[in-house]
Amino acid sequence: MCLSIPAKIISVEGETATASVGGAIINVGLHMVDDIKPGDYVLVHTGFALQKISDEEAKETLKLIKELDDINKEPD
Amino acid sequence: MKYIDEFRDRALVRELSGKIKQISGKEVTLMEVCGGHTMAIHKFGIPSLLPENISLLSGPGCPVCVTDIRFIDRAVALSRLDNTIITTYGDLLRVPGSSSSLDKEKAGGADIRVVYSTLDVLDIAMNNSNMKVVFLGIGFETTTPSSAIAILEASKRKINNFFLCSAHKVMPPAMGALIDEGIKIDGYIGPGHVSTVAGAKMYDTLTKKYKLSVVISGFEPVDILQSIYMLVRQLENNNPRVEIQYKRAVTYEGNIKAQQMINEVFEPRDDWWRGLGVLPGSGLGIKKKYESLDAEKQINVHVEPPAEPKGCICGEILKGLKKPTDCKLFKKTCTPAYPVGTCMVSNEGTCHAYFNFEN
Repeated sequence: MCLSIPAKIISVEGETATASVGGAIINVGLHMVDDIKPGDYVLVHTGFALQKISDEEAKETLKLIKELDDINKEPD
Repeated sequence: MKYIDEFRDRALVRELSGKIKQISGKEVTLMEVCGGHTMAIHKFGIPSLLPENISLLSGPGCPVCVTDIRFIDRAVALSRLDNTIITTYGDLLRVPGSSSSLDKEKAGGADIRVVYSTLDVLDIAMNNSNMKVVFLGIGFETTTPSSAIAILEASKRKINNFFLCSAHKVMPPAMGALIDEGIKIDGYIGPGHVSTVAGAKMYDTLTKKYKLSVVISGFEPVDILQSIYMLVRQLENNNPRVEIQYKRAVTYEGNIKAQQMINEVFEPRDDWWRGLGVLPGSGLGIKKKYESLDAEKQINVHVEPPAEPKGCICGEILKGLKKPTDCKLFKKTCTPAYPVGTCMVSNEGTCHAYFNFEN
């Protein structure tokens, strides 16, 4: 129930979009999100996009792991 | 980047496991409160990657598991009405009620349909204008917007044979209730998708009141281990607060548009939780403005008195007091094929996850 999956937007048709989840094509409601365009990745839950996934933040998260060595160095 | 494979990287998992061991000294208990986390933790064998002084507990995070037996009994009663179609997400069908389940009613001829999205429910309503079409809405902040959208769309499109029966709940009251009950929890692995909608701000009161650590986590093994690292770091430094690990999807403010839709349609009310009883302000009822679409107000049914299954300890499991292996019914009379308690029904339930992955 809490499961949401990353889906790649293929095309946008008004308030809905066609998206790909590992090659499977699904319809996604865009009622909760703005400015979605083909190529974007969104998190899909029960047929609706919850949020656009931030590529920049994803890369930053992976980068941070490499910098974890100092216990006292906490991010602000 | 596809946002899955990168966060299942074996080398990163090994690195994080080692780094947690390096910084961890205190005995700490961390609880996850999301069914998706419960499943991921057991599927990926996360406990085996942690030092012995870190204990992981599963909390009341699976919406199916916390759904009270009274709601199932109401759903069963609704399904027995003439000219009524019941729609819901799949897991709810197999949850045992006091004397029946939706699965049994469906086998007996009731028109009960599993849907993927609430937009499907509106299509069913439009194609069956002589029938009442009831959607059983369960779930936390992640799922509630879908129900809100259904109400708003039905209202806009004047679909007047659609009704929502709401068991929607909010997470923070349950997280606080466990601490009030005296359960020893040092930090929460915060629910990622609940927080995508509600934002990290949702936990501000909780961390201030209880001095708790909360790290909002993603769902892949690298996410979960990194979150545990961040929790341990907070606890070792005596610096409890809210942090976001799952930054690719979660912000401090959350999804404002989704929150506005929820607030437009729903208002807080006291609600029953399996195992926890009634928690003040923990449920979401439909506002008066939309009461013409509220199944509770519009469709009268006689609901049988609740009778909990004998011997089932789901309540204590949901509170982190007991483990599935403490239950006499586990793997004997209670299995995923024939669940007795709610925690065995959904694959996000603690008992179901133990059944599948802990041998």
